[in-house]
Amino acid sequence: MSSAKTIRGQTGDWEIVIGMEVHCQVLSNAKLFSGASAAFGAEPNQHVSFVDAAMPGMLPVINRFCVEQAIKTGLGLKAKINRVSVFDRKNYFYPDLPPGYQISQYKQPIVGEGIVTIDLPGGETREVGIERLHLEQDAGKSLHDQHADYTFVDLNRAGVALMEIVTKPDMRSAEEAAAFLRKLRAIVRYLGTCDGNMDEGSMRADVNVSVRKPGAPYGTRCEIKNVNSMRFVAQAVEYEARRQVDIIEGGGAVKQETRLFDSRNGETRSMRSKEEAHDYRYFPDPDLLPLEIGQDWIDRIARSLPELPDEKKARFMRDFGISAYDAGVLVAERELADYFEEMARAADPKVAANWLNNEVLGRLNRDGLTIAQVPVSASANASILAMIADGTISGKIAKDLLDILWSEGGDPRDIVEKRGLRQVTDMSAIEKAVDAVIAANPDKVEEVKKKPKLAGWFTGQVMKATGGKANPSAVNAILKSRLNLPDDV
Amino acid sequence: MSGALTDFTLAEAREALRGKKVSATELAKAHITAIEKSRSLNAFVTETPERALAMAKESDARIASGQARPLEGLPLAIKDLFCTKGVRTTAGSNILNNFVPPYESTVSQNLWDAGAVMLGKTNMDEFAMGSSNETSAFGPVFNPWRARNSNQNLVPGGSSGGSAAAVAACLALGATGTDTGGSIRQPAAVSGIVGLKPTYGRCSRFGIVAFASSLDQAGPMTRTVRDAAILLRHMASVDPRDSTSVDVPVPDYEAALDKPIRGLRVGIPKEYRLDGMPEEIEAIWRKGAEWLKAQGAEIVDVSLPHTRYALPAYYIVAPAEASSNLARYDGVRYGLRAKGADDLIDLYEKTRAEGFGAEVKRRVLIGTYVLSAGYYDAYYTRAQKVRALILRDFVQAYETCDVLLTPATPGPAFAVGSKSDDPVSMYLNDVFTVTVNLAGLPGISVPAGLTAEGLPLGLQIIGKAFDEATVLRAGRAIEEAAGFAAKPSPWWRAV
Amino acid sequence: MSVDRDTVRRIARLARIALPEERVGAMEKELNGILRWVEQLQEVNVEGVQPMTSVVAQKLKMRDDVVTEGDQAEAVVANAPQSEDNFFLVPKVVE
Ligand SMILES: [Mg+2]
Ligand SMILES: [Zn+2]
Repeated sequence: MSSAKTIRGQTGDWEIVIGMEVHCQVLSNAKLFSGASAAFGAEPNQHVSFVDAAMPGMLPVINRFCVEQAIKTGLGLKAKINRVSVFDRKNYFYPDLPPGYQISQYKQPIVGEGIVTIDLPGGETREVGIERLHLEQDAGKSLHDQHADYTFVDLNRAGVALMEIVTKPDMRSAEEAAAFLRKLRAIVRYLGTCDGNMDEGSMRADVNVSVRKPGAPYGTRCEIKNVNSMRFVAQAVEYEARRQVDIIEGGGAVKQETRLFDSRNGETRSMRSKEEAHDYRYFPDPDLLPLEIGQDWIDRIARSLPELPDEKKARFMRDFGISAYDAGVLVAERELADYFEEMARAADPKVAANWLNNEVLGRLNRDGLTIAQVPVSASANASILAMIADGTISGKIAKDLLDILWSEGGDPRDIVEKRGLRQVTDMSAIEKAVDAVIAANPDKVEEVKKKPKLAGWFTGQVMKATGGKANPSAVNAILKSRLNLPDDV
Repeated sequence: MSGALTDFTLAEAREALRGKKVSATELAKAHITAIEKSRSLNAFVTETPERALAMAKESDARIASGQARPLEGLPLAIKDLFCTKGVRTTAGSNILNNFVPPYESTVSQNLWDAGAVMLGKTNMDEFAMGSSNETSAFGPVFNPWRARNSNQNLVPGGSSGGSAAAVAACLALGATGTDTGGSIRQPAAVSGIVGLKPTYGRCSRFGIVAFASSLDQAGPMTRTVRDAAILLRHMASVDPRDSTSVDVPVPDYEAALDKPIRGLRVGIPKEYRLDGMPEEIEAIWRKGAEWLKAQGAEIVDVSLPHTRYALPAYYIVAPAEASSNLARYDGVRYGLRAKGADDLIDLYEKTRAEGFGAEVKRRVLIGTYVLSAGYYDAYYTRAQKVRALILRDFVQAYETCDVLLTPATPGPAFAVGSKSDDPVSMYLNDVFTVTVNLAGLPGISVPAGLTAEGLPLGLQIIGKAFDEATVLRAGRAIEEAAGFAAKPSPWWRAV
Repeated sequence: MSVDRDTVRRIARLARIALPEERVGAMEKELNGILRWVEQLQEVNVEGVQPMTSVVAQKLKMRDDVVTEGDQAEAVVANAPQSEDNFFLVPKVVE
């Protein structure tokens, strides 16, 4: 199966072409050019220095760690680190942009071309080209709903360091776009350069969408702003591509414009406020010198890089013999991968991967929790698997046991003992239960003689009577001899 | 006795204070009185007598307890472009007419840390854009000098016109100025005082209201070269809050002052001989060369071929940077906000139209234009290339000389109102000073003589980057030879 | 190169400076006077010349990643023409 996806129009199939600009907030204590805190959620204008408020005479001085974070991210994207980059001013007026310009990087960004490998359903992968990564300042926040006549401006975000990561137009479906964002998020989280928290806006995607007939040149693109979840990315792409196909097939032309994704109805709409033609008058910021990065600094950062998702995935497949799909799921989050590795040290890795994917992730999903919030430790899960393996408990009991641990906590072996969840392998106890079921159901005994398939009903009754603890194969064996059933039932 | 106290040079006052011949409080009071009696010059936008007396009191206590700092008790005036904590800072503009900074500029802080006493904030061209101090929202400053037998008011030059007038009229022992295209040296020259623009990066720009960031530089304005050396040492610093402040230690400029200039190679750039230049300027320039030669300097002819392109390049680069630097004056966080705006854009447009004067608007519009799409390379990139060529000229000239000697201005102080109609003719006042800013070099203007009409003229010494010591030494040689002792008669003084 | 009236209006709009219609003609003249004068830069041969990016020959200064400023909202809004609860207030912006 090809991962390229087309959408069907009246005139045939259309290919969707997607590129993305993702703003990732740099994880740092202080802002990019000032000593104010970059932490989220403070009282209005408390995390603001006079530099951030663009008071007269204030000057920017760059935060070394933010530069280091950008280099680290560049290395994680397998990209070229530019030894010389330049900070430019992007000039425009807006109340949440105090100096009237954003310090950004225009012609010479800190990071050049790179590659992100995205994971698609079925374990398939695909490469998405990175065009560049540049450092820039975030803007403040305008609150429009505080007052009927006024917009309230809070500068706490103003000046926080952002990495803007720009892809090549390499994605061809909503799934690929979402997969890219997932992978990018995983990479920056592994690196510790961005927390990837889309709810708090520390990762924001602008999605460029165009459509074309397969093989034709690129069509006119629209930039969709404000797409702040993986799900919305997919929705926005689907909606926008369909809208563009309908326009073209209706004899119209797509207008290049900035559109806003409205998550309430899953639509994109034209942004009126962006209609005025912009002329940003970029020029090198004379308050700053070119940023020169020594190779030794890059090398030092490269040596400190953690194992990244792709490498980890390859190692899991190689060392643990798990499938590409399972490995892809497990490495999506660094904490999940660590969790898995801990389990895999004490249990069969394939069994552990299955258990984690089906049981643990299922429950996390159900409860809306992240792996960081998982209530049952990796070692407790490993004990459960060990107890299944040595026959102490049945697979069915194991799931009940996980539920108990999930809601009540505790030690798995203690709980098995205290609540008598141990699988019953004592033959006389099982014989007694079988005999009781046979004695209570003479009519069924007659039936099973004609229809041996009914034996399963007896098994169920015995399991029920023993609270699921009877060893199912022992129950079957005894049933067969008592009811004189043939061996192949 | 107050006349005598304000007549002190900075160095003399320092000695008098150290020798306890005068108290800091007496010195401050003498200057406060002089300022009060000289309001007709309009040299100050804001006077801070209470602060001056409080600082002087602390100085007297320190002197008494033997803990005097290098500038202890010396009263200074601060150009209103330097942000001063708790004291209104206007940049000469209506758009900042009520702005009180919650912080102090590094340069002024350095001065206070060295014990200096603040007399007030001096008038200036709006956002330092001007060469006559006539663009100030607080009205023009008058030059203490008048032509012989004339009561015509002359300009003190600009943009540091208030500082120049204050020092020339003995209202302060010294003052801070800033120089983007000549704004220290040109007013110093036409006001008969010394003005030094240090190497770009020598003084921190932190807390100085920005005009053109790649050109702006603070420096001292004083009555003697020695005073300039003393002040510069305590204005300059390596500042972690200014990325363009250079990590070069600040030397003791005063200590190097009296070293003879024997053997110093002084370049005379032929391109500074302009068509139609007044003979008096030519004459003083020749005289300057003779004075230096007489003291053992070697005079060499040099060429700075791109000199004539400096002003046009400056009038692209400076307005471009200014158009961006002045975007922050939008009526949102501080300063003027226009009334009766319909919406946000209207608020911006009305505020900036009301808040900025004509020259500032003109330059912001020029700067906006040269940076705009389609014009950037033709104007801005080309100007920055020309700038590189101008720097290259200097580097080549310095292969055969140590300093350059040039006139400081193309003429003496002119009448108030005489050049305000034609921006370009006003811009030409900086023709000899602006090259130095574009190349980031140090330059000093030293009073060298009077015109036939009795108006001061200055000579300029240009040095190599971070070689202020040699610049001061050569300036001192000019000063000594010129023996400039003339004083303006105090026509402005209220009785 | 010179500017026409439409360009003057466009620049004034970009610079957010209200320019009354009766001033446009005069401003056009003033700007063209300056632009004509800077035109002489066209004479200069700048082939192969790198534009000056900085007069300062040193490496970009950097700060440590330490919070050194903040918790001063009152001072930040102290000069504001209009503020409420330490927010700056501007006329309502319609998105
Ligand atoms: Mg972008
Ligand atoms: Zn961006």
